[in-house]
Amino acid sequence: MNIHEYQAKELFQKFGVPTPNGRVADSAEEAKSAAAEIGSNIVVKAQVHAGGRGKGTFKNGFKGGVHVVQNADEAADIAAKMLGQVLVTHQTGEEGKLVSKVMVADAVEITKEYYLAILMDRESRSPVIVASTEGGVNIEDVAEHTPEKIFHQAIHPLLGLQPYEVRKLSAKLGFAGDQAKQFGKLLAALYRLFIECDCSMVEINPLVTTPDGQVLALDAKFDFDDNALYRHPDIAALHDPTEEDPREVEAAKYHLNYIGLDGNIACLVNGAGLAMATMDIIKHCGGEPANFLDVGGGATQEQVTNAFKIILGDPKVKAILVNIFGGIMDCDVIAKGIVAACKEVSLSIPLVVRLEGNNVEAGKRTLAESDVALISADTLADAADKAVKAIAA
Amino acid sequence: MAILVDENTKILVQGITGSFGGRHAQLSLDYGTQLVAGVTPGKGGQLFADQVPIFDTVSEAVEATGATVSAIFVPPPFAGDAILEAVDAGVDLVVAITEGIPVMDMMRVRAAMEGKKTRLIGPNCPGIVTPGLGKDSHGGCRIGIAPGYIHKRGKVGVVSRSGTLTYEAVWQLTNLGLGQSTCVGIGGDPINGTTHLDVLKMFNDDPETEAIIMIGEIGGSNEEKAAAWAKENCKKPMAAFIAGATAPPGRRMGHAGAIVSGGKGTAAAKIEALRDAGIEVAKNPSDMGQALVRAMG
Repeated sequence: MNIHEYQAKELFQKFGVPTPNGRVADSAEEAKSAAAEIGSNIVVKAQVHAGGRGKGTFKNGFKGGVHVVQNADEAADIAAKMLGQVLVTHQTGEEGKLVSKVMVADAVEITKEYYLAILMDRESRSPVIVASTEGGVNIEDVAEHTPEKIFHQAIHPLLGLQPYEVRKLSAKLGFAGDQAKQFGKLLAALYRLFIECDCSMVEINPLVTTPDGQVLALDAKFDFDDNALYRHPDIAALHDPTEEDPREVEAAKYHLNYIGLDGNIACLVNGAGLAMATMDIIKHCGGEPANFLDVGGGATQEQVTNAFKIILGDPKVKAILVNIFGGIMDCDVIAKGIVAACKEVSLSIPLVVRLEGNNVEAGKRTLAESDVALISADTLADAADKAVKAIAA
Repeated sequence: MAILVDENTKILVQGITGSFGGRHAQLSLDYGTQLVAGVTPGKGGQLFADQVPIFDTVSEAVEATGATVSAIFVPPPFAGDAILEAVDAGVDLVVAITEGIPVMDMMRVRAAMEGKKTRLIGPNCPGIVTPGLGKDSHGGCRIGIAPGYIHKRGKVGVVSRSGTLTYEAVWQLTNLGLGQSTCVGIGGDPINGTTHLDVLKMFNDDPETEAIIMIGEIGGSNEEKAAAWAKENCKKPMAAFIAGATAPPGRRMGHAGAIVSGGKGTAAAKIEALRDAGIEVAKNPSDMGQALVRAMG
């Protein structure tokens, strides 16, 4: 799960990671009063999850999702041009993202930019701190061109962050004296936040030093472990469904694992691995999958019905491929779900069904006895081939 | 011989009184598995299915029944603790079926298991099956949630990160007349107990296993590590399949560990590593069984 920049800033404040003064605003008036508290040199930033905001363009023609202004009136003017408008960046896709909040903050002067992140590293099975003297740029580019400027420190899962590890990183980044102290405090606070909030990643890019000697986190990006959200209701509440594909929001209501894609063959599968493999075989047969959809190992008839409705609600979908390997799951449950869904939503596109496994005969009978027009398939390859051909026909 | 477990292995189930754990404990009993104990705190002294004694703690269950393997069906918030309890009780193997355990919990559990004799399989996995010799492979050792009847006792070792995709592979093998020595689901989480490579080494050393099929998916680099090892060391024919070639980068595909991030963990890189190791890679998921036939020559 991702969060907005202003929410990240609030988390930083809670844990004591220093950031420039500022706050969020959802109207021009509020932006004005927030800017007035800062005075001059104020940055106004559109709040969307996507990156590339600075270079983005609003659909009303206004250019740039990040602007630096010199007084409160200018801040209000910029906020008015952003709020309620749709921002398109290289990460949003052409449909863009609606901006309903802006962040108004002190545009601090920068002496030098750094990079600092903590991520859960699956290889070492521990948190790893990644730091670099090259901040404010894409870290993947730094890794490719000047890998010697990136420093890694794995942290023992049970011991936690040790003072020597902080000193080591601080020295590598070239901090000394009071700035080394500030960096140490910042990193300790960031590590505590990472652990206590069950983050899978927290990234500060850039971390900056200012002419008056401060060390500040200028931007932040978070990723939380979805599995741990049950113990962080406050973080779960930061979730912004408007940032997501509405099909995915709908699917989440029924505990369906759905990811929208751009193709036209929808698939409904039980199990994540098989669902991925089904997408792959559609592509292999010359088609394009419209989605990833895992109904899970213990799906109910109701879930299947709802999954079907979500799929059919997507106008891009030109055919449906149902691939079920009913290990323990009863194929007849799936069959009944399909029949129930087709009764509720009139089915006007080809439906290819491949059922295999537990109680498969009863499942096939249920489908055959219903008046649902479907194309049955025996193997996964047969099913994918039939779905692709059904569209071409 | 098979690996990890055989028809004589005594297992216990933590979380046996839950609906999910109970249902699969019953299916294991029906399969003929030596399920000797259940554990649910507060329900010690009761019987499961009128025959399996339930204990309050794992150590009591182990002491009374001699179980050497524990299957974990405990809900995610309590699963880390349940794994550690089984480790403390000194079982040889813990198979964690539970899906949705926080990564931070698994990180601590794995660190706490350093130096202990217990092996962990999973979490978020379908479990292990060593098929039996009876009808529909009855009489084998079934730990977890896999359907027993799709198996057939034989000589192919199966290792996979996925559940239903494994069943698909096993079913293809069985229909081709290729039985399995042991099928191991290592799970779809980013931090787990046993890797593809760990299982590959066991199959390589197992006299009963004559060929191996490895099923992977996007995310991490465990398939590459296994391939690199196999290139130099594996004595047996191998086939493989990698799911997720069409998955968009940066998205978690159902499994917490199935994600391409920062250009790492792509299906293309894994397939290349497998081919470089001389492993026969299935062209698509319908081709897994045939790929092994080709590998075996």
